[in-house]
Amino acid sequence: MTRSTRILRARWGVSLGLIVLLEVACRTGLVPPLAVLPPSEMAAAMVELLTTEEVLANVAATFSTVAVAFLGAVLIGFAVGVALHGIPRLRRAIDPLLASYYSVPIFVFYPLLVALFGLGALPLIAIGFLAALPAMLIATLLGLDRVPPVLRRVARMHRLGPARTAALVILPAALPNLFQGIKLSLAYAFIGVIAGEFILSGGGLGYAIAYAYESFDNRTMYGLMLFVLLSAVVSNTLLSAWESRLQRRRGRG
Amino acid sequence: MSRRQGVLDGTLILLAILAVWQGLYQYAGSAALTPPWATVRYAVDLLGTPNFWGHATQTLSAFAWSVAISAVLGIALGLWFGAFRFAGDVAEPMLASLYTIPKVTLYPVMLLLFGLGPSAKIAFGVIHGLIPVVLFTLGAVKNIRPVLLRTARSLRLSPIQTARFVLVPAVLPEIASGLRVGFSLCLLGVLIGEMFASQRGIGFLIINGINSHNVKLTTAVTLIVIVFAVGANSALLALDRRLHHRG
Amino acid sequence: MTETAAHAVLRGVTRVYPGASQVHALGPIDLDIAKGEFFSVVGPSGCGKSTLLDVLAGLNPPSAGTIVFEGKPVAGSVPDGVGVVFQEDASFPWLTVRDNVAFGLRRLGMDAAEIARRVDYAVGFMGLADFAGAYPAQLSGGMRQRVCIARTLVLQPRLILLDEPFGALDQQTRLLMGDELLRLWRETGATVLLITHALDEAAMLSDRVGVMSSRPGRFIDLVETGWPRDRDSRIVSDAAFGAVTARLWSSLRTESMKAIGRG
Ligand SMILES: Nc1ncnc2c1ncn2[C@@H]1O[C@H](COP(=O)(O)OP(=O)(O)O)[C@@H](O)[C@H]1O
Ligand SMILES: [Mg+2]
Repeated sequence: MTRSTRILRARWGVSLGLIVLLEVACRTGLVPPLAVLPPSEMAAAMVELLTTEEVLANVAATFSTVAVAFLGAVLIGFAVGVALHGIPRLRRAIDPLLASYYSVPIFVFYPLLVALFGLGALPLIAIGFLAALPAMLIATLLGLDRVPPVLRRVARMHRLGPARTAALVILPAALPNLFQGIKLSLAYAFIGVIAGEFILSGGGLGYAIAYAYESFDNRTMYGLMLFVLLSAVVSNTLLSAWESRLQRRRGRG
Repeated sequence: MSRRQGVLDGTLILLAILAVWQGLYQYAGSAALTPPWATVRYAVDLLGTPNFWGHATQTLSAFAWSVAISAVLGIALGLWFGAFRFAGDVAEPMLASLYTIPKVTLYPVMLLLFGLGPSAKIAFGVIHGLIPVVLFTLGAVKNIRPVLLRTARSLRLSPIQTARFVLVPAVLPEIASGLRVGFSLCLLGVLIGEMFASQRGIGFLIINGINSHNVKLTTAVTLIVIVFAVGANSALLALDRRLHHRG
Repeated sequence: MTETAAHAVLRGVTRVYPGASQVHALGPIDLDIAKGEFFSVVGPSGCGKSTLLDVLAGLNPPSAGTIVFEGKPVAGSVPDGVGVVFQEDASFPWLTVRDNVAFGLRRLGMDAAEIARRVDYAVGFMGLADFAGAYPAQLSGGMRQRVCIARTLVLQPRLILLDEPFGALDQQTRLLMGDELLRLWRETGATVLLITHALDEAAMLSDRVGVMSSRPGRFIDLVETGWPRDRDSRIVSDAAFGAVTARLWSSLRTESMKAIGRG
């Protein structure tokens, strides 16, 4: 058995072990049964909920909001990152802002966003977008920083123009960081949208969870929560797997 | 870049932000936000009221607790995962994955487990801040160049000397970066916690302002939070840079 | 153009790195490199050798002076016919060895069969045939440097600039690679400018060796070796070889001491 399969098995073992542990703790009353549902019941609740039309509508609403926010953040974050990389002075000046960006909850801007975009999905999209944007921007900056200067010189030796230099040398060299940015952007867009729904809005999965909590409907709350957590973990794991395949091709896996 | 230019650029950025703010006010109107100068004046007034400080101390104490817990627990876990390579390799992607989940959905669980008091907020802050500290510490330990440890051995340093003169200086800069990120996220966690199902604290003030359409209050408190976050972060960032330049 | 006509001409070439510190790295340099000549540059580290290569290749402008390659001034871009092998590892980590080597030819829009033929030849020439499908991360530092050499050589440049290309190789491989470089030089008739820190390498390979002073780099000695064109590494056992190396070292010794602060 190779080391990597051992690691993989240990990972599964630990995950399953924790789930079983929680199950036992709930069943034996170690954890107050009114507070936490046993994992088996969470899963059953999730499956049940996912057959109801109302929940499916919430899923569709949340996922489409996340998708728009995510795509927007990746495209614009990349473009702004490239531009900012070309203006080092501006970049240094806004660096402290970028660094403290994530300690301010973006939803405090919700009233402003509603005033700007009206009610409906747009303010939520804006929250997801604003949550994801800096991740992509920072990753783009880092990626461009890390392009070894000698590769730019190789491009000049091959007499490549700016467009071909970008496409054939800079982008591939920055790709690992860009991919990291894409991964984080998806996570942050999801986090932002769910949190926005949870705290402020009248729709989507986040709101459904908050509503279930407030109406003491633990079963629904835990079922939906499990679904949200699984969605995040699965999408992240898929992107990571794709990423490491990409890296392995470069022999760094 | 000269120091003068840095100050100039900082001022220009600040002016640009104020201009955008004023523009947004002109466009979106007083139902969305208050203009810069009025907000600053109201924020200063607010800072003089005991009521505000009642909320602020709640937030700051929950924040301080969650930073302390995240730091101690995070560094300990990170060192442990770093020292035991196998455990670290098993845990790292799992932690990275946990980092990406929408943690807000876990808040009801915190409330159910800890009740409505400050412990739920602290726990929620820790959920946000802990993982980055663990990951940065783990990375720092994992990436120590083995030749440094071999050098320590060849100089016949005792384990304590090795830790004091080689290990700690080698991992410190990365751990400091982790603490900085953890610091930001703890603040985020505590504020979100207060926005949902809390009767005290800065987060509550904001959400209460939003719900009761008290635009003046929301804008002023938001400004105070932003100034605090940016100020504290810039200080930590400067410290972080100093530590890294040594390496 | 005749065999002995100057291929590259440098007049008063100086380079001061712009910026607050204004490092005067190079020059003034006056140098004629003949067509088909094998010219080496030795000098203490940090004396401006890489800077000289950059300026000659058109990668950086000189602060003063002019450079003419094949009768045309070099300004702002790398002239057609110039190939550079850089000191740092410049292989593309996202391309296989074969794709790395084919990189330049594909940009020229050459047809696939011709590219494959030339790439296979260059890959074999550099002893990389068994690794044609590998990625740089799977190769040793010396092999990666050979990928970069192959990537430049397939372009069949008329002036080849090499910046310490064998720095990452062990002494035996270094000698053999030197032989291969000599063979290539003879077969293609290209002009070669080789930067190296190994005096024996410079003495063995070159028609002429320029010895540079410590920064700002200027030529303090130009040594003609007088070797026949069909030489190879066995020349190291020639009596004259010792004399050439000795002269290089005596020119260089005081400069090297300056470079490490004992001047
Ligand atoms: N981009 C740069 N900016 C400022 N100084 C530089 C730069 N590149 C090189 N130098 C300086 O110029 C001098 C010559 O460098 P280089 O040509 O790389 O030396 P060599 O190749 O001979 O070792 C060195 O002192 C180096 O520090
Ligand atoms: Mg050099």
